[in-house]
Amino acid sequence: MDMSVAFDVNTALANGALVTPAGPPPKISAQGVNVHYGEKHALKDVCVNIAPRAVTSFIGPSGCGKSTFLRCINRMNDTVATCRVTGSILIDGEDIYDPAIDPVELRSRVGMVFQKPNPFPKSIYENVAYGPRIHALAANKGELDAIVERSLRKASLWEEVKDRLNESGTGLSGGQQQRLCIARTIAIDPEIILMDEPCSALDPIATARIEMLIEELRQAYTIVIVTHSMQQAARVSQRTAFFHLGTLVEEGETQAIFTRPSDQRTQDYITGRIG
Amino acid sequence: MTDIGFTSQGIAPRRTDTRSVAAKARLKARYRSNTRFRWYGISALAIASAFLVILITDIFTKGMPAFWQHSIVADVAVTEDIVDPDGKRDPSAILGADYMALARTALAAAVPGIEGRTQKKQLNDLLSSGAADELRTEVAAHPEMIGKTVKANFLLSDTADLYLKGDGTPIINSAPSLGTATPSATAGEITVLTTDTDFAAALVEVKKDIQSKAAALSAEADRLQRLNSGTTADRIAELRKDAKSLEARLSNPNSEEVLDGKIASHLVEINGGLVKVTKLASSVVTGDVLIPLKSTEAAAPGQWQLITYATPETDRSISDRGVAFLEHLRSNGHVEKQFNWRFFTAGDSREAELAGVRGAIVGSLLTLFVTMIICLPIGVLAAIYLEQFAPKNRLTDLIDININNLAAVPSIVFGLLGLAVFLNFFGLPRSAPLVGGLVLALLVLPTIIITSRAALRAVPPSVQEAALGIGASKQQAIFHHVLPLAMPGIMTGTIIGMAHALGETAPLLMIGMVAFIVDVPKGFTESATVLPVQIYLWSDLPEPAFQSKTAAAIIVLLTVLFVMNGAAIWLRKKFERRW
Amino acid sequence: MPALYLAATVLLVMAGFFVSRGRAIAVGGAKLSQLHSLPVYHGLYTAALVLVPMLLVYAIGTPVVGWLAEHNALSNFPSESITDPLARSTLLREITNLIAGVTSGESSEATRSAAVSFTETHVLGQRVILATGIVVGFAAGFWGTNKVALRFRARDRFEYIVQVLLFLCAAIAVLTTFGILFSVAGESYRFFFDPAIIGRPGVFDFLFGTEWNPQAAMRADQGEIATAYGFIPLLAGTLLITVIAILVAGPLGLLSAIYLAEFASPKVRAIFKPVLEILAGIPTVVLGFFAALTVAPLLRGAGETIGLDIASESALAAGLVMGMMIIPFISSLSDDVINAVPQAMRDGAYALGATQAETIRQVVLPAALPGIVAAFMLAISRAIGETMIVVMAAGLAANLTLNPLHAVTTITVQIKTILVGDQEFDSAKTLAAFALGLVLFFITLFLNYIALRIVRKYQEQYD
Repeated sequence: MDMSVAFDVNTALANGALVTPAGPPPKISAQGVNVHYGEKHALKDVCVNIAPRAVTSFIGPSGCGKSTFLRCINRMNDTVATCRVTGSILIDGEDIYDPAIDPVELRSRVGMVFQKPNPFPKSIYENVAYGPRIHALAANKGELDAIVERSLRKASLWEEVKDRLNESGTGLSGGQQQRLCIARTIAIDPEIILMDEPCSALDPIATARIEMLIEELRQAYTIVIVTHSMQQAARVSQRTAFFHLGTLVEEGETQAIFTRPSDQRTQDYITGRIG
Repeated sequence: MTDIGFTSQGIAPRRTDTRSVAAKARLKARYRSNTRFRWYGISALAIASAFLVILITDIFTKGMPAFWQHSIVADVAVTEDIVDPDGKRDPSAILGADYMALARTALAAAVPGIEGRTQKKQLNDLLSSGAADELRTEVAAHPEMIGKTVKANFLLSDTADLYLKGDGTPIINSAPSLGTATPSATAGEITVLTTDTDFAAALVEVKKDIQSKAAALSAEADRLQRLNSGTTADRIAELRKDAKSLEARLSNPNSEEVLDGKIASHLVEINGGLVKVTKLASSVVTGDVLIPLKSTEAAAPGQWQLITYATPETDRSISDRGVAFLEHLRSNGHVEKQFNWRFFTAGDSREAELAGVRGAIVGSLLTLFVTMIICLPIGVLAAIYLEQFAPKNRLTDLIDININNLAAVPSIVFGLLGLAVFLNFFGLPRSAPLVGGLVLALLVLPTIIITSRAALRAVPPSVQEAALGIGASKQQAIFHHVLPLAMPGIMTGTIIGMAHALGETAPLLMIGMVAFIVDVPKGFTESATVLPVQIYLWSDLPEPAFQSKTAAAIIVLLTVLFVMNGAAIWLRKKFERRW
Repeated sequence: MPALYLAATVLLVMAGFFVSRGRAIAVGGAKLSQLHSLPVYHGLYTAALVLVPMLLVYAIGTPVVGWLAEHNALSNFPSESITDPLARSTLLREITNLIAGVTSGESSEATRSAAVSFTETHVLGQRVILATGIVVGFAAGFWGTNKVALRFRARDRFEYIVQVLLFLCAAIAVLTTFGILFSVAGESYRFFFDPAIIGRPGVFDFLFGTEWNPQAAMRADQGEIATAYGFIPLLAGTLLITVIAILVAGPLGLLSAIYLAEFASPKVRAIFKPVLEILAGIPTVVLGFFAALTVAPLLRGAGETIGLDIASESALAAGLVMGMMIIPFISSLSDDVINAVPQAMRDGAYALGATQAETIRQVVLPAALPGIVAAFMLAISRAIGETMIVVMAAGLAANLTLNPLHAVTTITVQIKTILVGDQEFDSAKTLAAFALGLVLFFITLFLNYIALRIVRKYQEQYD
């Protein structure tokens, strides 16, 4: 971990502007991130540190910029032609907006689970195997099989689908589809998993399973989750960031945010006065 | 906010009047108008559909007969001195022999007693010039047939074939004869004398016929005179003259009538022969023998009869003699109707009965192949670029507008492009499927790009996002996930584009694919024609048999198009995915 | 020779691919995922590096060699005999015929030696091309293979090449338009302005002349034949047939579309939409046959019984069948625009107590009007450019008349008539076809452009 020195330097630099969490160096560190969609200033000067091996949730009313910020972390915004991102986001001290960084390679380190389950219209096996294949993670079929099984197990989907790996992924229920998408993400063994309202299209039971899964995954991955449900944020995350009108209002221990927010806007949001 | 507005101004609320008689009538009228409008729509739709039905029916009634062909079945002696005079069984000698001679001999045997050059020629003219082709291949394949007598099929000429298909004349048998008839000879010009006035009724008919003809001619002349367009003066004079000469014949009280080709033909069937009447009186006729009589014996009443070919000889393409021969052959079981395989296995020909569409079909296939391998990859790749990679700038806007405009540029302009660029500039061969395919590729490229873009757009972005989210590059996401999902839509568009290309004619005329090409093309740079151009070429030919061939070729073309479009619809239905 | 070059290319491309891929696998070692790009991309990158320059060498080399061979062959002849382009092409044809072995009679000494030098240059040139290609291919392959490294972004490079390819494909559409413009406009320019063309008309005479009577090229000694290139009768004929077609197809197509979009049950729609699609899919040569052999005689016969003199190639027959052709065109485009009118607008009218017909007439149609106008414009453009129906059913003589019962001719008929059969490329008659094509191109381009703009505006309005 030769990077650790860099972390310290970075955190030290950022200290003045940030609400720096105590403990290990941050996995992700955003500094002065601004996002424009054409004329629209969607995200204003966001600075935040995200702790490793923990769940951080982004909350806030619709259109507050939380998803936009999430999509900055794996540069998915690059695919939007009109989108312009300034500032820097460091992952393990490395600026991912550095021209030398390949966004495609980055995304193999920062996986993403989307709002609506979007399995490929292919077999369950192919869904999970696709990522390892394009990243050459398996040397042969046996290894690939092992990765698929391990990923599906981690996503606690294996027992349900092990007998029908060749059936289409789109034939699963919504909750299963979402877990398949999580399995697909795990399969490429990312360091960070971004989840964009992963439960918004699911029923409460499926939601509960995903939440359990997130709890388990926290052991191995840094997870950032955007949610519109404060209860979910409270249940799954250790840290919470509140976004409002394109700015990051405050970030801190989940417990602290929900019980004694320091900002009036956060207070208003969690008590239901804005949103 | 101000729901008390009008009351405060003191105006009483007015209800819509729905109860009065006038209001009811108004409502009724409105409903009637509604119904009327609806019926306009229904009738428009019905007329449009009727167009289609009439078109298809017309083509099918015209074209279906061309799928069958008549031929003569007769025993033929494959004599060695004609087929293989050297006796060496040399295949090229056998192939080169004069099989038409055999065919003519066989035909002469089937209609015995025909003497004289002209009459023999008229008999032989019933045969197609390719009548002996089948026998030729047969004998060449089985030389052991030489020296034997075999049953063979000899293709009839197009006029004979058309006659047998019913495009000739109705044949009317007169009432049974009452008198005993005596012919003066068995061949040549003879008289037939009957003991009763067996021909009186026919004479009356003929006179009536002449009278109505004269009246019709006068009426036509009057009509033209009324129109008075100047250019028809000669025609009017001619009509008047004809009418006058006919009337002159009527005014002649002579009970004898000379028959000519302008009125129905009358024939006497007697003693196994047939006499064409040239002079008709109530109990005696003079005529030419068409089919020789067996004897000059007197025929008892009922043993002979008067026959009428109702359509005048000048109004049909087959002569009385031809009809007589064919009827004779038919009644002796020498005529056979077969499915016209030749239509699918032969190339073009100047003889309608020998012409086929194989050359055109192969030409179409070669051309479409070129079109397909050029425009499918280019079209799909261009669509991917425009839909997924193109930055939104003026250049791509220009490309976009361009493609939409190109899709509506008249096809003949593409022909001009092909002529000027491919033929004159690049010096590619005229009439070749290669050039035709290139031109058609440019023609359908816009269609393929537009439909492919629509198919790509129909794949939800979430699929691409999912792939990007696990670190696939954009091209990987597109080529691995988006394109396969768009493929059914792209294929549907491609098939429709190909169907369009298959039916296209005008641009191919420009690059010289109109040549008369007998051989089936074997390569992309050989001269060829395509099915629609073949249709165009045939439709221009004056022979009535070619009209039927044209319609038959259209049926083939429409069937192929129908299958292609059916495949496109099937593909769309099968792979249609609702996201 | 092309086959040899092709084989060399394929071989080198495959070699480049496999060597690079193998090298990438070796570099990646046990953990291939350390590689930035999959081995296959390293292979593909090198393959592309080899392929592109080799194709370029061939594409540039072949015409150069051809030119050199011609040049060397013609140097066997006295220089005055090769300055005249016609004599030059005759000589070249003789030479190529001699090489191909198709000779008619004795060939001259000069021709034979020319053929020899042609063949020699050609063979030598082909060898040079092959050698250059192989060298270039090897160099590129070597370079590409040496590039293979753990962090070498072969995928990005290869994808860039693919993206250029994609762009080139898209650009072909633009090239086609330019091709049309340059070829057709170039020949038209010669028609109007090239002094070498005998009998060319002025632009004004062409655009406003009322007589069209093109004659084959004549030399000065052949005397004057009444040749005229007045475009007006063709335009009038084209418009007459188009107007008849629109009069038939406009009401029928629009009313069908309204019925299908607004009144018809899904079942009726499912039956009649395909019927209209079938009508749209019928090749125009079939419609032309129908027009010439069924409709025209029918009309003539009908005319005779009521005492009208209808020409057998009347504008009416062509126009009627042309109308048949564009019914589905109008109906499907109108159907689309009517369906694009938001349901809310209809609901608004129904809520006020309007009947269905009133809603359509007073709300839906006005809202859809721009789209319908665009549909009509596209249909008109289609009718103006249609060739086969008029070629088969309309006349050849350019009569300036508005009587639909008379025979008229059209722009497309004249283009076809002039260009089918033998043509000399330097005669005013042949070039006239290109001038007509240019006018046709601009008329239809104008109509399409306006229509597409209207449609685009209209779509934006309701999106």
